[in-house]
Amino acid sequence: MTRENEVILEVENLKAYYQMNYFGVSREVRAVDDITVTMRKNEVYGIAGESSSGKTSFIKVLAAAIRPPLRVVQGTVKYNFSNGPIDVAHATPEQIETVRWKHLSYIMQGSMSVLNPVRRIGKTFQDFAQRPLGLKGEAFEERVVNHLARLKLPPDVLRAYPHELSGGMRQRVTIGLATVCHPEFIIADEPTTALDVVVQKEVLQLIRDIQTEMGASVVFVTHDMSVHANVADRVGIIYAGRLVEEGPTRDMFFAPKHPYTAHLVASLPRIGDTQQRPALEGRPPNLADPPQGCRFHPRCPLAVDKCRKEVPPMEVVGPDHRTACWRWKDVEPLVNTTAPAGVMA
Amino acid sequence: MFSIFRDLVRYNVEFAIGLVLVGIMVVFAGLSFFSPIDPSLIYMTIPDQPPSAQFWFGTNSRGQDMFWQLSAAFKNSLQFGITVAVLSRIISITVGLAAGYIGGWVDRVLMFVNDIFVAVPIFPILVLFYFVLRNHMDSFTMALILACFGWPFDARLIRSVALGLKHREFTRHAVFAGMSTRKVLLEEHLPYVMPIVFATFMNNMLWSIGMEVTLAVLGFTNINNPTIGTVLYWANSHSAMVVGVWWWLVIPVILIVITFLGLFLLAMSMNEYIDPRSRLRRMGA
Amino acid sequence: MQSYLWFAGKRVLQLVAVIFFGVSAMFLVTYLSPIDPVEQVLGRLSARSNLSPEAIASTRIALTEMFGTGQPMHQQYWNFWTRLLRGDLGASLMAFPTPAMELVMRGLPWTLGLLLTSTFITFIVGNLMGGLAGYFQNNRLFKAFGIVTMGLQPIPYYIVAFVILIIFGFLWPVLPISGGFAMDVRPGWTLPFMLSVLQHSLLPALSLVLVGLGGWFIGMRALVSNIVTEDYVTYAELAGVRRDTIVGGYVMRNALVPQITALAMVIGGVFSGTIITEQVFNYPGIGSLLVDAVNAGDYSTVLAVCTVSITAVATAIFIVDLLHPLLDPRVRAE
Repeated sequence: MTRENEVILEVENLKAYYQMNYFGVSREVRAVDDITVTMRKNEVYGIAGESSSGKTSFIKVLAAAIRPPLRVVQGTVKYNFSNGPIDVAHATPEQIETVRWKHLSYIMQGSMSVLNPVRRIGKTFQDFAQRPLGLKGEAFEERVVNHLARLKLPPDVLRAYPHELSGGMRQRVTIGLATVCHPEFIIADEPTTALDVVVQKEVLQLIRDIQTEMGASVVFVTHDMSVHANVADRVGIIYAGRLVEEGPTRDMFFAPKHPYTAHLVASLPRIGDTQQRPALEGRPPNLADPPQGCRFHPRCPLAVDKCRKEVPPMEVVGPDHRTACWRWKDVEPLVNTTAPAGVMA
Repeated sequence: MFSIFRDLVRYNVEFAIGLVLVGIMVVFAGLSFFSPIDPSLIYMTIPDQPPSAQFWFGTNSRGQDMFWQLSAAFKNSLQFGITVAVLSRIISITVGLAAGYIGGWVDRVLMFVNDIFVAVPIFPILVLFYFVLRNHMDSFTMALILACFGWPFDARLIRSVALGLKHREFTRHAVFAGMSTRKVLLEEHLPYVMPIVFATFMNNMLWSIGMEVTLAVLGFTNINNPTIGTVLYWANSHSAMVVGVWWWLVIPVILIVITFLGLFLLAMSMNEYIDPRSRLRRMGA
Repeated sequence: MQSYLWFAGKRVLQLVAVIFFGVSAMFLVTYLSPIDPVEQVLGRLSARSNLSPEAIASTRIALTEMFGTGQPMHQQYWNFWTRLLRGDLGASLMAFPTPAMELVMRGLPWTLGLLLTSTFITFIVGNLMGGLAGYFQNNRLFKAFGIVTMGLQPIPYYIVAFVILIIFGFLWPVLPISGGFAMDVRPGWTLPFMLSVLQHSLLPALSLVLVGLGGWFIGMRALVSNIVTEDYVTYAELAGVRRDTIVGGYVMRNALVPQITALAMVIGGVFSGTIITEQVFNYPGIGSLLVDAVNAGDYSTVLAVCTVSITAVATAIFIVDLLHPLLDPRVRAE
C-alpha cells in the first residue's frame, strides 16, 4: 500500500499520572511515563501491552479524555488536522470540541455497554453526528443510511434499541458511529475483545476497509499480538508506562529488538504447536512504585547490572525501528521457524 | 468490623457527627435509670415553670420535671425502636438469605409475599389495631406489629446481596467441601450481609420511632407510658403553644431532630461505606 | 405488545393479591379483637334518642353480618367480602345515618389531590436536583440543597408539619393553617373556590414535599454518580454530544428507570404521611376522617377508610408499575 510520510500525531515526552487521595493516604501512579511517538497519515498503528501497563491511560490522553484523578504532568500531544494543529493535552474544552468526531474519533472497548440502553440507535446517531456533520433532516438520514449500508447494516437498525441487536451488529454500529463523520484519526480501543473469533475477523476487516477507503489514520489498541499481525502497519509496545519498542509489524515479529517483544511474539500459538508456550515469570510492576533502571529487568532473561541502575534510552536500530534496551543486540527471536498465523506479507 | 468503625470515625465526618449525636441521646436516655422521680406520676412539682437552674428543661402543665420526663421518654422510644429493628431484622435476614440462596419457587413465593407487604399501607392497619385493641395495645404489641411490616425492603436488599454471593467462588468451594447449607449461610455469607444489616437497623429504628410518634400524637397508644410521641400528645392536649408553655414542645422537637439526624447520618455513611462505588466517588472528588 | 400484556397481567394478579391480603388482614384483626363491635356501637347509638328505629335496625343487621360473633369464621368472612364488594359497610356512627362509604368518598378527592400533587412535585424536584448534584459534583448550590433536604428527610412527617404549623400559625401568619377551603366561599367549580383550595393546600403539601425531597435527592445522586461512569456516558462525552443531551437523555433518563420502581415502593409510606399531615392541618381528607372515626368509635367508617386506602394505594402502585416498561425498552422485550 502507498504510504504518505506526513505526520498526523506527535507525542513528545508525555507523562500522565493518577494522583489520588483516599482516607488520608495520597498515591501517585505513573501510568504514562515519558512516551515519545509519532504517527503518520493513513497508517494503522498498533499499541500492545499487558493489562495495567498504562496503555489505556495513554489512549485516554490521545483521545483527549483526561479526567481527574488522571492528569497530564508533562509533554505535548499534537495533532495536525486539516483545520489546523492542536495540542489536546493543553487545549481548552472548547478547542477540543472543534475537533471531536469530525477529526478525532474513538471506538470504545466493550460494544455491549457503549450504547445508551434506553435510546434508539437512530437517536444516538443524531446525538453524535448531527452537529459535526452540519446536516439535518433527510440529508442527515440519507448520509447515515448510506454509511450503514457500507457497514452492511440495514436501515432498520436506526429504529432498534441496542439490546435488540446481536453483539456483532452492535460493534458494527459503534464503528459506524465513529466513522460516519469521516474523521482523520480514529482511536480503536480493544474493539475486538469479547467478540467471538468469527465476528472478530469480520470486524477487523471492516475497520481495515473503512480506513483504506477514507484514508484515515487508526491507532489500534489490543493486548492480542495476533490481531496486530493482521491489521497494523507499525506496532509500538508499552511496558510499565513506557514505550519499549516500536517498528514495522514484520520486523517486530521476525526481528524483535527488545526481550519483552520477543517474549510476546514467542507466546503466540502457531500452527503445528505441540508444546506449551513458556510463560513470562513474575508480574507486571506496580506503577505506584516502579523498579529502578529498566523497568523490565526483574523479569528479563538478559538483565545485567547496568539494566538495574540506568534507564535505557530509545535507540534507532533499523529503518523505522527503535528500542529501549541496553542489550538489544543480544535479543534473539525466541522462535523463528515459521511465521505466526496470519502475518500479512 | 471494629476496624471499619475506627476508619469511619476517623475519615467520615458524617459518621462522626452521627455517632456524637446518637451518643448524646443515648447518654441522655440512660440517665433515666438514675431518675429521682417516677416519670409516670403527675403533679410532682410546680407546673409550668420555664427552664431554669433548678428545672433544666422546665416543668409542664401536669407538674412533671421535663428533664426526667424526656429522659424516660427517649429511653422508652429508643428501646421501642431497637425492639422493632431486632425483630424485623430477624425476619428480613431469614427471608432475604433464603430467597437469594435457595432460589427457584421459594424465591418467587417469598418475593411475591414481599411485594404484597410493600404495597399495603401500614398506617391505617396500625390505627385499626389500636381501634380494636384499645388499651390492650401496649408498646410490645405495637413493636410486634411494626416488625411484621418493617422487613420487606431490607429483605429484598439482602436477597440481592445473597444472590451475588451465591455465585462467588468461595461459596462453591464451601459446597464442594461438604458444608451444609445452614453452615454456608451462617458462617460464610452472614459476615458479608452484616454491614447492610447494621445500616438498615438504623433506618428501621428511624421508621418505627417515627410511626410511634405519629400514633402517639393522635393518642392512639398507651398515653400514660412516657415516649417521644406521648410527650407531644400531652403538650398538644394542654395547648402548650397557645398558653405559652413553649418549652414543653420546642425542647422535645429539638431532641427528636437530634436523634433522627444522628441515626440517619449513621445509616447513610454506613451505606456509603458498603457501596464501593460511592467510595470511589469520594476518592475522585 | 404481547409481552406487555403478559407483564400487565402479572401486575393485575399482584394488585388483586395485595387487596385480598390487606382486606383479609383487616378482617382478621377485627375478628380476633376482644371487643364485640355490635354491642359497642349499638350501645352508643341508643344513647342518642333522636334516631329512627329503622335506621338502627338496619345498622344492627349490617354490623351483625360483618362482625357478628355468633357465626363461624368462614361464614363471617364471606359476608364481609360480599358487603365490601357491594360497597356497603353500613351507616356511619359519626354522621348517622350517612353511609360510611359516602363519607370516605367525600374525603377521598382531597386526600388523593394532596397525595398526588405533593408526590409529583417531590419526585420531579428531588430527582432533578439529585441528578444535577450527581452530575455536577462540585456545584455549591446543589450541595447546599442536598444538605438541607437530607437534614429534613429523616424527621417524622408529624414533626415537620407541626413546625410548619407553628411558623405559619404563630410566628408569621400569612397562609391558612386549617381546613380545605375558606369558610366564606361556596364549593363549586368557581375561581375563588379553586384559589382558596390551592391556598389551603399549600402548607400541607409543603410539609409533605419537604420530608420527601431528601429521599429522591439521595437516591438520584447515588444513581447518577454511578451512571456517569458507564461506558455510554463516557463515550457520548468523548463524542462531544451536547451537555444537556448527556445529562437529560443519557444520565437522568437511565436513572429514571430504577427511580420509577422506587416510586411504587414509597407510595404506601407517603400515604401514611398524608394522613397525619391532614390531621395537623385539619384538612378534610380521609386521614382526618379516620382519626375522627376512631375517636368516635365508628366501626363502619374506620373499616371503610382502611379498605379504600388499601385499594387506593395498591392501585396507585399498580399504575406506576405499568409505567415501568414504557420507560425501559429492555423490560418490554422480556
